[in-house]
Amino acid sequence: MTDPVHTLAVEGITVGYDDRVVVHDMTLEIAPGAVTAIVGANGCGKSTLLRAMARLLRARTGRVLLDGTPIDAMPSREVATVLGLLPQAPVCPEGIAVADLVGRGRYPHQGWFRRWTAQDDAVVEQALVATDILDLADRPVDELSGGQRQRVWIAMALAQQTDVLLLDEPTTFLDVAHQVDVLDLLVDLNRDRGTTIVMVLHDLNLAARYADQLVALTDGRLYAQGDPSDVVTEQMVRDVFGMAARVVPDPVSGTPLVLPMGRHRTGRGAQRTDDAGATVPPVELPAAQPVP
Amino acid sequence: MTLTATTGTPASPLGVGPASLRRRRVLGLAVCVLGVLLAVVASLAFGSRVVGWSDVVAGVLHPETSDIAQAAVRSRVARTVLGLLVGAALGVGGAVLQGLTRNPLADPALLGISSGASLAVVLGIMLLGMSTLTQYVWMAFAGAALASVLVYAIGSLGREGATPLKLALAGAATTAALGSGVSMVLLSRTDVLDTFRFWQVGSLGRASFAEIGQVLPFLAVGAVLAVGCARGMDAIALGDDVAVGLGQRVGAIRAVGGAAAVLLCGTAVAVAGPIGFVGLVIPHLARTFTGPSHRWLLPASAALGAALLLAADVVGRVVARPQEVEVGIVTAVLGAPVFIAIIRRHKVATL
Amino acid sequence: MTAVLDAAPGTGAVVARGRRARARRRRAVLLVLVLAVVVVAVVALCVGERTYAPTQVLRVLLGEQVPGASFNVGVLRAPRVLTGVLVGLAFGMGGVVFQTMLRNPLASPDIIGVSAGSSAAAVVAITMFGLSGAALSLVAVVAGLGVAGAIYALSWRSGVQGARLVLIGIAVGAMLDSVIGYAMTRAGIYDANEALRWLTGSLNSAFWLGVGPLAAALALLLPALLLLARRLPALQLGDDAAAGLGVSPDRSRLALLLVAVAAIAVATAATGPIAFVAFLSGPIAHRLLRGTGTLLVPAALVGALLVLTADLVGQHLLVHRFPVGVVTGVLGAPYLLWLLARTNRSGGSL
Repeated sequence: MTDPVHTLAVEGITVGYDDRVVVHDMTLEIAPGAVTAIVGANGCGKSTLLRAMARLLRARTGRVLLDGTPIDAMPSREVATVLGLLPQAPVCPEGIAVADLVGRGRYPHQGWFRRWTAQDDAVVEQALVATDILDLADRPVDELSGGQRQRVWIAMALAQQTDVLLLDEPTTFLDVAHQVDVLDLLVDLNRDRGTTIVMVLHDLNLAARYADQLVALTDGRLYAQGDPSDVVTEQMVRDVFGMAARVVPDPVSGTPLVLPMGRHRTGRGAQRTDDAGATVPPVELPAAQPVP
Repeated sequence: MTLTATTGTPASPLGVGPASLRRRRVLGLAVCVLGVLLAVVASLAFGSRVVGWSDVVAGVLHPETSDIAQAAVRSRVARTVLGLLVGAALGVGGAVLQGLTRNPLADPALLGISSGASLAVVLGIMLLGMSTLTQYVWMAFAGAALASVLVYAIGSLGREGATPLKLALAGAATTAALGSGVSMVLLSRTDVLDTFRFWQVGSLGRASFAEIGQVLPFLAVGAVLAVGCARGMDAIALGDDVAVGLGQRVGAIRAVGGAAAVLLCGTAVAVAGPIGFVGLVIPHLARTFTGPSHRWLLPASAALGAALLLAADVVGRVVARPQEVEVGIVTAVLGAPVFIAIIRRHKVATL
Repeated sequence: MTAVLDAAPGTGAVVARGRRARARRRRAVLLVLVLAVVVVAVVALCVGERTYAPTQVLRVLLGEQVPGASFNVGVLRAPRVLTGVLVGLAFGMGGVVFQTMLRNPLASPDIIGVSAGSSAAAVVAITMFGLSGAALSLVAVVAGLGVAGAIYALSWRSGVQGARLVLIGIAVGAMLDSVIGYAMTRAGIYDANEALRWLTGSLNSAFWLGVGPLAAALALLLPALLLLARRLPALQLGDDAAAGLGVSPDRSRLALLLVAVAAIAVATAATGPIAFVAFLSGPIAHRLLRGTGTLLVPAALVGALLVLTADLVGQHLLVHRFPVGVVTGVLGAPYLLWLLARTNRSGGSL
C-alpha cells in the first residue's frame, strides 16, 4: 500500500440506544498501522464503540475523526474507501457465489456509470488468494463451513481495499483452531499491507497475543490503553471483568496469559480470592514445548 | 431453591408472589367484572332506540309485555349473551395461542383461522346450498381448525420453531391464499356474494338463543381444556427445554392447548364471523395487571374480552345511528393501533 | 484465453472466468424469458372467440386494415396484452425490490398491506362515491403511496427494521381489509360485484385509453427503480454491512420503497391487485437464476409472463371466464405454501 497511513480517533463521544447511554465521554486514538483489540466484560460498550467508529451509530456528543475530519461530515461512500467494516452478523444472500459476494466489496469504488472492470476482477482474486479460498471462488457461500464463510466475509472486506478495517467479534461461532486461523490471517494482512486493524474480541488471551494495542473498557469508559503486557494485569482483570485471576507469561508467545481463579480446584500455591493482592506465589507451569 | 437465584422466573406461581401483586390481580379482576356488568346494561339499553333503566329491568323480567321499548330490550338479550360468550372465547383463545407459541402476536384473525372459516362457509353456501347460521357454524368450525393447523405447521418449520415473524407471515400468506379461493367462488356466483358479504364482517346481530345453545358445549369444553393446561403454559413460557426439565409434557400441553384454542376461536368465528384483534389485544391488556401467570391471565382475559367486545358492539350501534357498524369493523379500527403499539414496544430482535 | 492457464493468482483471470460463466447463464435465462413473453403475447393476440393466424395479427400490428381482425386484435386484444405486460413488469420488479430490500421472500407488497391501501381506497371510492375511470385510478395510486408512507413512518424507531415494517404492514393490511368488508356490506349488489372484480385484479377494463398513462408512468418509474437498485446488493448483506460499504440503509430503503410502491400502485390502479404476481415473480426468477446477479429484470419478465399466461387460462381454458387475478391466486396459493414451508425450513432469504 502506497497510500498514506490513515488515522482514526474519537473525541469525547457519548453513544447510546434510545434512552440508554452505553459509551460515556470517551476519547481514544487508534494507533495507525497497528492491530488494536477492544476488550471488556459483556455490556461494557465494546461493540457500541466500534459501531460508533464505523459511523453505524451517531454519537450524541463528541466526534469520530477520520484523518482529522469528522466522519459524519464525509460522504459515506468516500469513508467506505478508507474504512472497512465486518459486522457481527452479516446476511448472506441465498445461492450467491463466493467470488460474487467478495465482489460486493467493490461497491464503494464503483460510480453511477462505472461498471465492473478487469481491475475489479484482479482485486477480488487477490482477496481470495490472501484468504486462501481461491479454489472456492465459484461455490455458493451457503455450502461452506463456518470457518470458510468467515474467510469469505474477510475477503469481502479486503476487496474493499481500505487501509482501516474494523471487525466486530470476528471469531465468534468459530472453534479454537479457526479462531487462531482468522487472527493469523488478520495479522498477516496488517504486516503485509499495513492495514490498521481494530477488532472487538471476547477472548482476552487471544487479544493479548495477537494485538499490538489493547483498549480495555469498563462500564462504557476507557480503563486502559496500550501494549498488552502493560494493560493486562491482575488488577485490570479484577477491575474490568470483576474476576480474580493470575496473569503469567504465555509459554508460547510471552504475552500475558490470564488464568481465572474461580472458587474451586485452585490447587496448591494459589491465593484465595478474598485475600488476594499481597505477595503471590508463582504457579508451577509445565515447561514450554519448543516451537518448531 | 438455587434456581430462583439464577433465572429470575417470569412466571411466579400463585400465592408466592408479593402481596401487592395479589392485590393488583384481585382488584383488576374486580374492575373487569364491573366492566362486564356495565357493558351488559349498555348493550341492553343502547341501540337504534335508547331505552331507560326501568324498561331494561322490565324487559328482562317480564318477557310477555308488549311495550316497544321492552321488546327492544328483549331482542337485545340474545345479542348481549352472544357478545359475552364470543368476547370471552376470543380473549381466552388468544391468551392460549400466545402462551403456547410464546408469541406476543398470536391472534385468530392474523393466524389465518378466520380465513379458513371464510373459505369453508363460502364453499358450504355454494356447494351445499347452506343458508342458515346453524349450518355455517359447522363449516366455519372445520375450516378454522384446518387452517390453524396448516398455519402453525408451516410457521413452526425450521430450527428456531414458531417465531412471531414466521407465524405472522404464514398467517398472512395463508389468508391471501384462501382469500383467492373465496374470490374465485364469489366472482362466479353473485348469489353467494350477496349472502357471504354480510357474514364476512364479524357481527353479533344475527344470533338467536338456538344457535347459542348449540355452540355453548364447544365453548365449555374449550374453556375447561384451556384452564387445564394453564400451569403447563406457565412452564412453556420459560422455553420448551426448561419446561421438559420441570417435568412437563410439552407435546401433550401443546396438543390440548391447541385444541382449546381452535375450539374457542373457531366457535367464535363460526357464530359471529371473523372478529379481528380481540384475541390479540385482550391478553396484553390483561397481563398488565395479572402478570404472566396463566391461572390469573385466563379468567382476566375472559372477563376483559367479554366487556370490551360488548362495548365495541355498543359503540358500533351508536356511532352511525340508525344504521350500525358491525363489531368486527369496530374492533379492527380500534385494535390495529394497539397492535402497532405492541410491535413498536417490542424489540425487533425478539420478534 | 491462454492467460487462464499460466496466470499467476491475483491477475483476476480465475474470478473473471467464473463471473463470465455466470453472466452467460444469466443472459441465456433472460433470452428464454423474453422469448417466452413474446410467444405468449402472440398467442394471446391470436386466440379468442375468433382465432386469427399470426400473419394476420402481424398485419394488424403493422397498421393494415384487416376486416374483423383490426377490431378484435387491434382494438380489443392488443391493449389487453400490452396492459398485461406492463403491469406484469411493474408487479414483478416492485415485488422483488421489496423482497430483497426486506430480506424476506414473504415480504411482498400484497402481503404486507401496501396493495391493500390501493384496494381499500378504490372499493370505498366505487361503493360510496361512485367514482370510476381516471379519478378512481388516481385515488388508488395516491392511497397506495399514502398507506406505504404510513407503514414506513409507523415502523420508524431510530431507524426502520425489516421485521418491524413487515409486522406493521400486516396489521395495517388487516385494518384495511375490515374497511373493505364494511364498504362491501354498505354497497348495492351491483357495486359490490364491481368492487370485487377490482379487488381481484382483471384485465377486462384494459383499453387503449388507459395504456398511454400507464406506459408513461412506468417508463419513468421502472428505470428509476433499476438505477436505485444498484444499492440492493449492498443492502442485502445487512444494514451494518451496507453502511460499511457506504450505503446509507435508511435513506436507500426509503427511496427504493417510494419508487417501488409508486410502480405497484400505478399498476394496481390499472388492473387491480393481481394476486401473487408481485409475490411469486421474485422467487421464481431466483430459482431460474440461482445467484447469478440482480433479480430485478428477470423478475419483471417473469411477472409479465405470469400475467399473460394466467389471463389466457382464465379467459379460454376454464368453464367460466375468470379475471386474471383469480387464476394467479388459485395457481399461486399452492406454490406460496410450498415456498413458505421451504423458506422456514432453511431459514434462508431471497
